[in-house]
Amino acid sequence: MQRIGVFVCWCGSNIAATVDVEAVSQALAKEPGVVFSTNYQYMCSQTGQDMIQSKIHEYNLSAVVICSCSPRMHEATFRRTCEKAGLNPYMVEIANIREQCSWIHKDRAEATEKAVILGRAAIAKVQLNAPLTAGTSPVTKRALVIGGGIAGIQTALDIADAGFEVDIVEKEPTIGGKMTQIDKTFPTLDCAACILTPKMVDCAQNEKITIYAYSEVEAVSGFVGSFRVKIRRKARYVKEDVCTGCGLCTEKCPQKKVPNAFNLGLDTRRAIYIPFAQAVPKVATIDADYCTMLRTGKCGVCSKVCEAGAIDYKQKDEVIEREYGAIVAATGYNPISLAQFDEFAYSQSPDVVSSLEFERLMNAAGPTGGTLLRPSDGTHPKTIVFVQCVGSRCDGAEKGKPYCSKICCMYTAKHAMLCREKYPDTDVYVFYIDVRTPGKNFDEFYRRAVEEYGVHYIKGMVGKVVPENGKLKVRASDLLDGRQLHIDADMVVLAAAIEPDKSARPLATMLTASMDTNDFFTEAHPKLRPVESPTAGIFLSGACQGPKDIPETVAQAGAAASKVIGLLSKDQLTCNPCVAAPNEMMCNGCSSCEKVCPYGAITYVDKEFRGPNRTTLIRRVAQVNPAVCQGCGACTVACPSGAMDLKGFSNRQIMAEVDAICL
Amino acid sequence: MMKFSYFPGCTLKTRGAALDRCGRAAAEALGFALEELPEWQCCGAVYPNARDEIATRLSSVRALMAARDAGTELVTLCSACHHVIKRVNGDIRRDEDIRAKVNNYLKPEAPYAGEAEALHYLEVLRDRVGFDAVKQKVAAPLAGMKIGAYYGCLLLRPSKELAFDDPENPSVMEDLIRALGAEPVVYAMRNECCGGYVTIENPDYAKKQAQRIVDNAKALGAECLITACPLCMYNLRANTDGSLPVYYFTELLAKALGVDGEEAKQA
Repeated sequence: MQRIGVFVCWCGSNIAATVDVEAVSQALAKEPGVVFSTNYQYMCSQTGQDMIQSKIHEYNLSAVVICSCSPRMHEATFRRTCEKAGLNPYMVEIANIREQCSWIHKDRAEATEKAVILGRAAIAKVQLNAPLTAGTSPVTKRALVIGGGIAGIQTALDIADAGFEVDIVEKEPTIGGKMTQIDKTFPTLDCAACILTPKMVDCAQNEKITIYAYSEVEAVSGFVGSFRVKIRRKARYVKEDVCTGCGLCTEKCPQKKVPNAFNLGLDTRRAIYIPFAQAVPKVATIDADYCTMLRTGKCGVCSKVCEAGAIDYKQKDEVIEREYGAIVAATGYNPISLAQFDEFAYSQSPDVVSSLEFERLMNAAGPTGGTLLRPSDGTHPKTIVFVQCVGSRCDGAEKGKPYCSKICCMYTAKHAMLCREKYPDTDVYVFYIDVRTPGKNFDEFYRRAVEEYGVHYIKGMVGKVVPENGKLKVRASDLLDGRQLHIDADMVVLAAAIEPDKSARPLATMLTASMDTNDFFTEAHPKLRPVESPTAGIFLSGACQGPKDIPETVAQAGAAASKVIGLLSKDQLTCNPCVAAPNEMMCNGCSSCEKVCPYGAITYVDKEFRGPNRTTLIRRVAQVNPAVCQGCGACTVACPSGAMDLKGFSNRQIMAEVDAICL
Repeated sequence: MMKFSYFPGCTLKTRGAALDRCGRAAAEALGFALEELPEWQCCGAVYPNARDEIATRLSSVRALMAARDAGTELVTLCSACHHVIKRVNGDIRRDEDIRAKVNNYLKPEAPYAGEAEALHYLEVLRDRVGFDAVKQKVAAPLAGMKIGAYYGCLLLRPSKELAFDDPENPSVMEDLIRALGAEPVVYAMRNECCGGYVTIENPDYAKKQAQRIVDNAKALGAECLITACPLCMYNLRANTDGSLPVYYFTELLAKALGVDGEEAKQA
């Protein structure tokens, strides 16, 4: 029988307002094995922890039950507390009477009764707890950053700066991401390329950084400290180490009619291409969908003109395998498809463009050389209508996104301002639901657009855009005036909502990292652990975690890097001792557990056992690698003979909890 | 074989006969039965916006109740009938007051509480039959035809009550057009008002409005329009220059299925 101490926390009024904590501590004092029971306002405070430690000594406690918040919140805290007082940290059980009780109930009597039951279950379990000792596992001192946009670049640079090796995997032929397509950045209007491309070059030149561009993560195994990752290096049909990036092939290629993805299809490029002048790595890539040589076997112009001999039509995808201690997801975002918002006539007129397309139309390296021209007829638009919140803040589940995309108010103000500055004779309208500008110097920026640049901001939504005789008839409502507006526009710009990149969902599955309903990666704690995934060793950088502008992305990228550095600076990691362990006498070697183990932690060995009459038997039994086992418990359920058990969560312990609740 | 109760509505017995006839022929070809309700009455024609207006809701309730008693879903073809019947059904489900008054008035054996499901024919094609199945049954694909779907105002709105398709950016008729082997033309005016009953008071305005729809559809390459509404059909034919042929969607459906009635042949 354990000597158990019970500590009931008020959590200020979080628990005490709904649960009679005094009654709980008194009721639990009567449970078998309980030698001390009390309640206190903030058990996690220094005073609370000191009290737990002194009571462990005073009552010679062998086990502790804390009735408080979720174990996800403070289990580690209380384990440390008890460890300092000389108790094995795994002799601590948490009864969650906050998230699973006080926060979700209103009736005080019922909530109190439930809190007692939850406490009783924890006491029943801790009776059967055994001291556990955590093992250690080594840390591979190399990090993987998935995604080479500004988020991934910043994370990689910061990790490399601390002296650790970093690999960047980028699915496009060059790193740089969305920021390469942006013209100017708010609120300072400095040129995006001017501040981004030096960082891209830094990545390429940094000895600690390896860039795997035009590559994708294909499989991830292992666990924090030692992940094994398979990376598919897609065939460029150009030898990356031989190509000098001279660009001659991209001028001579006869296939000229390939939609230029970098300019969002607003112009064309060749079948062999370098996305833009400052690409890193600056090597050509052949677009296999359009290359005549790859499709028909007849052409070979690029190979003939290439003086370096870098063209290799026979190149194949290559899969490499690397080991990492930590992985950072930095997969970024994309604007949503506008197909569901055709009331704005995006599919019906080329002069209705998305904001990112507008960025390219304003960019000196864009399809119009930086002169704002209508895609339909190449004339200067005189009246431009910007529509905000296209697909953002939608209420329906079937269309658009429920969240605010956060960046649109500011970039639309930027676009409107730039239009008025470059072309003072244009009329610029911005339709908005709300203008949201919480950021340093953001509201000043928006007010400048209105007050100094004379942009017409109208509260209301555009209902319809009708292309008619070369004009775009915009019908909208002015909510402040209560009027219907009809504007004959030359161009309409849609601020499309942003969503996580499509590659994020399959990646999350590979990483066993959790996601929210919008496919943004979930952070370990929304306030206190914003750059870590709940999965150990997986970190989050940039817009893959939620909509973010560039300054926020860079800040979060740095934060993710510091977490990675903290991890990589350790030589050993403490393992979770709550792992599966087979009872070899009961194991019949059926392999059921091996088949269900998602981590490959279970193997089988032939072992010698003593048989009757001094004989020996060779039996096949399961073996668990405690460094690989994550303690998910799948094997304990699958085992038909009940031989597999989870330390700290044994079948007996779980049944004792169930009995305490139900009996 | 799938069975549905069928509410044709008065226009489908007169001016809109083609909508009805082709709809029935197509249903037969697609393998579902439309069983016309016995002794059906006018749907009420216009949905009563006054909450305390009970009498004009009664005929819709009678139709819905008959469908419930037959144990089938209630199908309509006419946009207006569908609009009225589905909204009244929603009223009965949501509004206790209306439900009580209607039942007090009608005194049915089993009180009606919105058990029946009102469906538009297009919903049957999309959700019960499936456009893939329609596509498989197409005998004479309308290959090469560029068709503009004209939705009008009533078919999909108010969207929360009709729960049919996105009224601002619908796709159900475009998907049908694709299933029939033709090419849909998306044009901005497809869900705008045809002029409606304004044609009685102010025919000039109605003409302007209807012509704008036709011009917009033509500008985007449409060669003909389809609609599900007899009033839209009237306005698009009578109040325009006639440069764009207009059909009921069932006419082209029947034609593609190879079971077209005489109207479609004339077209």
